[in-house]
Amino acid sequence: MKNYDIVIIGGGPAGLAAAVSAYDNGVKSILILERDECLGGILNQCIHNGFGLTRFKESMTGPEYAYKFIEEVQKRGIEVSLNTTVLSLTKDKVVTAINSQEGVTLIKAKAVILAMGCRERSRGALNVAGARVAGIYSAGTAQKYVNVKGYLPGKDVVILGSGDIGLIMARRMTLEGAKVHAVCEIMPHSSGLKRNIVQCLNDFDIPLYLSHTITRIDGDKRVTGVEISAVDSDKKPIKGSEKYIKCDTVLFSVGLIPENELSKEAGIRLSPKTKGAEVYQNRETDVSGIFACGNVLQVHDLVDFVSEESELAGKSASEYVLNGEAEKNAINCIAGANLSYVLPQRIDKNAGGSVTLFFRTSGVFKNCKITVQDGQKTLLEIKKRVAVPGEMERVNLTEDKIKSIVGELTVGLEEGV
Amino acid sequence: MKKISLTCVECPLGCDITVELDGERVVSVAGNTCPRGEKYAKAEVVCPKRVLTTTVRLENGKMLPVKTNQPIEKSLTFNAMQRVSKVTVASPIKIGDVIVKDLYEGIDLVACANSD
Ligand SMILES: Cc1cc2nc3c(=O)[nH]c(=O)nc-3n(C[C@H](O)[C@H](O)[C@H](O)COP(=O)(O)OP(=O)(O)OC[C@H]3O[C@@H](n4cnc5c(N)ncnc54)[C@H](O)[C@@H]3O)c2cc1C
Ligand code: SF4
Repeated sequence: MKNYDIVIIGGGPAGLAAAVSAYDNGVKSILILERDECLGGILNQCIHNGFGLTRFKESMTGPEYAYKFIEEVQKRGIEVSLNTTVLSLTKDKVVTAINSQEGVTLIKAKAVILAMGCRERSRGALNVAGARVAGIYSAGTAQKYVNVKGYLPGKDVVILGSGDIGLIMARRMTLEGAKVHAVCEIMPHSSGLKRNIVQCLNDFDIPLYLSHTITRIDGDKRVTGVEISAVDSDKKPIKGSEKYIKCDTVLFSVGLIPENELSKEAGIRLSPKTKGAEVYQNRETDVSGIFACGNVLQVHDLVDFVSEESELAGKSASEYVLNGEAEKNAINCIAGANLSYVLPQRIDKNAGGSVTLFFRTSGVFKNCKITVQDGQKTLLEIKKRVAVPGEMERVNLTEDKIKSIVGELTVGLEEGV
Repeated sequence: MKKISLTCVECPLGCDITVELDGERVVSVAGNTCPRGEKYAKAEVVCPKRVLTTTVRLENGKMLPVKTNQPIEKSLTFNAMQRVSKVTVASPIKIGDVIVKDLYEGIDLVACANSD
């Protein structure tokens, strides 16, 4: 059995930032385990630009952003095992990993940081007749084919779902010579960023059909066409609204979910809302000494915030290694009216310092008010002109406010103010 | 006086910007949250430009992500793609290396990743 102070599972932006931060906070015995042949995670296939504006005030491509952190890891001589997949993790922080050189290795860590990222919702989400022929891909898979393997998976494309990856692939495949006939979104609003609607669809005259879905996929071996239909407010297809589009490829971009098989196995409590671990403000899970950050914890829109969160997790893990387990005085933090989740789910009142609460709204709201309340009083009220589920929101609670909390904390949104 | 509505693409906030035009002259820019937005809107109404990001093939068969080091005119996008698709490069390459000098006057195609 090998021993390390901190083992980090995943070498994407989350794992990299956590490693650098843990190192700079005084822990030098760190190992990053990455199943891919290189560091950088999903950023390696995100060749478009727009990364790093918040953090570096500069618009970078995914690989360039990743490189900034890979360099920092290399400068510090932090140990990395590539082509190494973690198979399991236990509550007492024994990691089982496998690679072709060493076979199966057991590694005992004082602290573990989960940074496995997320995966795309599966094809099962495509609950459509005929969805079993070739030519149907998730947008992320298509992205990997085009950008990493250099191969265009189809010529005539229809995209289901207006998530950012779908929008970005609409542009990417158009640039590579494919014709994207339509992007269908079942909701009345796009789930992607506005800038992506403009520069990925409008720039190339690709039509976006809101409140539309694919109702049938035709094809024997390979897709030959799809039927799309408008949907009513219950997302039920409206008879008579059908439209037929010939195509050889369907991409679906219907959302991401945290990759938490390992966490589940370790007995870490997961949130039914985020599908990631429930954490304290320092990103520690309910299993002492196991931390989580990045997309494995909550699906972020922006990698800049992944880096920020991961630095916090790295620092917390190093404090855990250097100072041992601290006694907590925990209160629950709950998503109230009109919010789909709040993170952290628990606040340790002993920890000191301010706490930033992250959340998403469950719908589109205009002229609304975010409220933070405990059992007795309102701690904070913030007016907002618009709040949309596609953009993660945050509010900051000062140390004094945290100290004053009585009972549980509830964050909610009030309409019409 | 003409009013044009735009969505700023300079950052993920995507501010809705309104530009007032008197002929070719920009009279006012409103709705932007930061100065980048004003700059973007002024350029967008006259001549829209975008940074092009794509890939070129390496001699070893792998793909190398590349970008133009400055925004190019939107109307040149497909012309640029056609020219870039003919390019093959040999390793080693360092991030920032120029892959095609003067793709358009004063604008280079540069590498976005290393390749050893
Ligand atoms: C297609 C796409 C487009 C995006 N576009 C933008 C954008 O334009 N701007 C922006 O700011 N953000 C964008 N993002 C978001 C940003 O890329 C992510 O927020 C960020 O990459 C998340 O980092 P991460 O480290 O949590 O996850 P990842 O990057 O997914 O990294 C996780 C790593 O863990 C490894 N791993 C997983 N399981 C194991 C295991 N069992 N053993 C070993 N290793 C394991 C994986 O191989 C991977 O390398 C985009 C995301 C996607 C998917
Ligand atoms: S105006 Fe500024 S803040 Fe608004 S989208 Fe443009 S760059 Fe972002």
